[in-house]
Amino acid sequence: MPDSALTGSLGVALAWLAIAALCLVPARAAWFARRLAFPLGAAAGLALAVLGVEAVWSPAEQMTLPLGMPDLPFHLRIDPLAGFFLLLLGSVAAGISVYAAGFFRAEPAGRLALTGLQYHLFLASMAFVVLADDAYLFMVAWETMALSSYFLVTTDHDKPAIRGAGFLYLLIAHLGAIAVLLCFGVMHGGQGDYRFDALREAQLTPAWATVAFLLAFFGFGAKAGMIPLHAWLPEAHPAAPSPVSALLSGVMIKTAIYGMVRVIYDLIGGVRWEWGLVVLVVAAGTTLFGVLFALMQHDLKRLLAYHSVENIGIILLGLGLSMVFIGFGHPAAGVLGLIAALYHTLNHAVFKGLLFLGAGSILHSAGLRDLNHMGGLIRPMPRTAFYFLIGALAISALPPLNGFVSEWLTFQAALQAPLLAHGVVRSLVPLFAAVLALAGALTAMCFVKVFGVAFLGQPREARAAAGHDAGSLERLGMAWLAAGCFVLGLFPAFVLLMLNRVGASLTGSGLSAEALESNWLWLVPTAPQQASYSPLIFLLVIVGVTLVTFFLVRRFYHGRVRYAAPWDCGYPEQNARMQDTADAFGQPIRHVFEPAFLMHRRLPRPDDAAPRFELKVEDRHWVWLYLPVARLAAYLSLKIGLLQRGRISTYLLYSFVTLIALLVFAR
Amino acid sequence: MNTAAGIAFQVLQSLLVVLAAPLLMGWVNQCRAWLQNRSAPPLLLPYYTLAKLFHKDAVLAHDASPLFRVTPYILFGCMWLAAGIVPVLATNLPFAPAADIVALVGVFALARVFSALAAMDIGTAFGGIGARREMLIGFLAEPAMLMTLFTAAFISGSTQLTTIVTTLAHREFAVYPSLAFAALAFLMVLLAENARIPIDNPATHLELTMVHEAMILEYSARHLALIEWAVAIKLFAYMTIGFAFFVPWGIAPAGHWAALPAAFVALAAKLAAAGAGLALLETLLAKLRLFLAPEFLSTAFLLGVLGMLIHFLVAG
Repeated sequence: MPDSALTGSLGVALAWLAIAALCLVPARAAWFARRLAFPLGAAAGLALAVLGVEAVWSPAEQMTLPLGMPDLPFHLRIDPLAGFFLLLLGSVAAGISVYAAGFFRAEPAGRLALTGLQYHLFLASMAFVVLADDAYLFMVAWETMALSSYFLVTTDHDKPAIRGAGFLYLLIAHLGAIAVLLCFGVMHGGQGDYRFDALREAQLTPAWATVAFLLAFFGFGAKAGMIPLHAWLPEAHPAAPSPVSALLSGVMIKTAIYGMVRVIYDLIGGVRWEWGLVVLVVAAGTTLFGVLFALMQHDLKRLLAYHSVENIGIILLGLGLSMVFIGFGHPAAGVLGLIAALYHTLNHAVFKGLLFLGAGSILHSAGLRDLNHMGGLIRPMPRTAFYFLIGALAISALPPLNGFVSEWLTFQAALQAPLLAHGVVRSLVPLFAAVLALAGALTAMCFVKVFGVAFLGQPREARAAAGHDAGSLERLGMAWLAAGCFVLGLFPAFVLLMLNRVGASLTGSGLSAEALESNWLWLVPTAPQQASYSPLIFLLVIVGVTLVTFFLVRRFYHGRVRYAAPWDCGYPEQNARMQDTADAFGQPIRHVFEPAFLMHRRLPRPDDAAPRFELKVEDRHWVWLYLPVARLAAYLSLKIGLLQRGRISTYLLYSFVTLIALLVFAR
Repeated sequence: MNTAAGIAFQVLQSLLVVLAAPLLMGWVNQCRAWLQNRSAPPLLLPYYTLAKLFHKDAVLAHDASPLFRVTPYILFGCMWLAAGIVPVLATNLPFAPAADIVALVGVFALARVFSALAAMDIGTAFGGIGARREMLIGFLAEPAMLMTLFTAAFISGSTQLTTIVTTLAHREFAVYPSLAFAALAFLMVLLAENARIPIDNPATHLELTMVHEAMILEYSARHLALIEWAVAIKLFAYMTIGFAFFVPWGIAPAGHWAALPAAFVALAAKLAAAGAGLALLETLLAKLRLFLAPEFLSTAFLLGVLGMLIHFLVAG
């Protein structure tokens, strides 16, 4: 173990880079990439998680690398916030890498080597994003991350749809990157020093601080997938191979949350409550949009991607609440909101990673992605079903798993609303809690649909019945993340203490002393008589009563069972196609939330010989935002294209005119 | 309060809720029969039914997965936990801090998700329809429930049931307009969540309308008995949540044996009145078409939000 968390983390990032390079060594059938690369990457991830925890509890460290441009060396820094995100990156990447070791085993050698290269480059760039201490290294790492993930998304580049998804991803990622770059430019105000320390010290006028905030919020938001910049996410995340989808949804979009917290709380500082309201409004829209569209999907991976949009919304709800409270001068409540947001960031990484891995196993064994073709998978793949169920319960925010804890903390933050001095804001804040409640309940509905249609019932296709369970490495990866759902759900007090330190390092104050004194069994955000929750007791009572009931029933009655055909209601011709499909399950939602969707229906006429029913649900953002912008860009390009005449004399004329104009200005 | 007395109260209350819940069902059925001019079934009929079901052999469909078999036990466990948290007879129980109102809503959601999953397990058309409808009602009822509970939480500055009940029981008597809205919303949620008229009809097996009954169509014998029992406990728990928030008077602090008889009498009186009231509502109302349920529940949600806003207007 190295003596400092920073050198250790740097070592892990370099180890990932080394693995990436070694994947390219052309041995017979890519032996290294097939056997060693992913397990080694997982071990490095575990080490990074441990170092991250160490960093949370240590003072901040800085380091200057002898690398970079002349006179512009790279700076690294690790502090509690960075430590927390390294923990997230390392622990989730460890599980995903173990899974990937099994998943990619059967790939052809050439593809495997490239995947191994991009995958580990991607991991290392995310570590550098978190470790960077100057805007320059940050942007280099940020762009490396975007590019390596672009190549991972377009792994199956022979399909046009996937190339399109990759292009959309790259486009929006770069729009975001431009905004982030401009944000750094605004913050640094022309001093020529891009170290974060210098940006921290820069004094911005409120107007410029707000500009910087908006640039950071929308710039990072584009990477996080918040509306209206979400369009790439449901296209790109499902296009990638499943372990990569898990990394994208689980980890990469969290680096955007890291960027937001780092820039808004740390670098800009002086958080204003108006910013919080902006964040809350966007967050509420993102949350509801994500979950409603998830309910409309029947492609499992696309559905999960829409849930990532929703969960980013939930994280932003916590952040927005935190900013409102800090802006009004209530740092304790503000830290609670920040803790809720960061806790949900970690939770989402764990359960969304797990769910994408589960989807990958279904795709691997049965070759199915469309829910409407699945069914009864719990019988051929019981273990995958078990892990998927844990992920589904966790994302549905059901106690005692981890998703519930962070949503509970967000509710508690919202319930601090009476502290606020501004009457309108005070009445608005609980409405965001209502949005969260609605989204939580809709998520539960969506995952009942997913698990019920995919794993339960009768197989809708022969392929679904013929699947096999995931291999041992795949199962180990899923088991690791499923264990994470339990640990984060059952022992929240430890995470709370850790995040309290992160919050204190950013805002200078923490939760109340009463909250921190309670022992590990209880989760107490403010004071014990105000709110408390003990997931362990919760679980023990349910499990205890369940077992006692079981044995009492056996003891006093019997366990006799007869097997029979399901009741057919007097109609013996029932078949698997009469079960509810994913689309049928979403039908009430289409009915209730009709204005939210852009629907194209084609209904059969009464006299149609071969009646067909067609329904397409589309995203309104495409119509009012993306397509007009695309048309405008195409129009402008055409106009600018007029300059391109293809004659050398014309170009010489342009140079001449430019020169004259410059001379006029420079005079 | 010493720990032993606290735990004694805890066990006593849980047992009371679990054992008395079928009695409440019997009472509601009896009242409804009287109101509808039918000859009433015996008060203890639910107990006889449970005993009969426990004695029978369970019939499972060929393809039933383990999930189908454990769900009744999980439902029963969830409801038992709810019975231990809600201040029915006494406040300040040792288990009460384990879950606040948000977690309590979470327990009910957990039970709902498991029953919906079990309904889809066999793969019959009815199970899927039932699960879909149940989740539709659930996602509408849950936020409405949280909003009504938040109104009470804002009044008492806490989400802890014990604190809420103590604050509300010891305030000077005044009409809180926000609580009135919340109470109305809560009543609507109670009807929906417990599969009562006008949202669902517990007494029918008509394909077009049933929700809860469609989900448990494949269950028999001991599994069905546990589910029916859990449903009874759920109704009991919901009613006592309503008492705790809107008519909290008469509840005993944990460990005070002297206050227990009075608390018991108060509870019995409230339950008798609420059961009769429920029967009256079910007699007067007609079942709503399924797609009117969202309107019914969004009204409840808006009433809850309105209650909350009124609280802020009056307080601020």
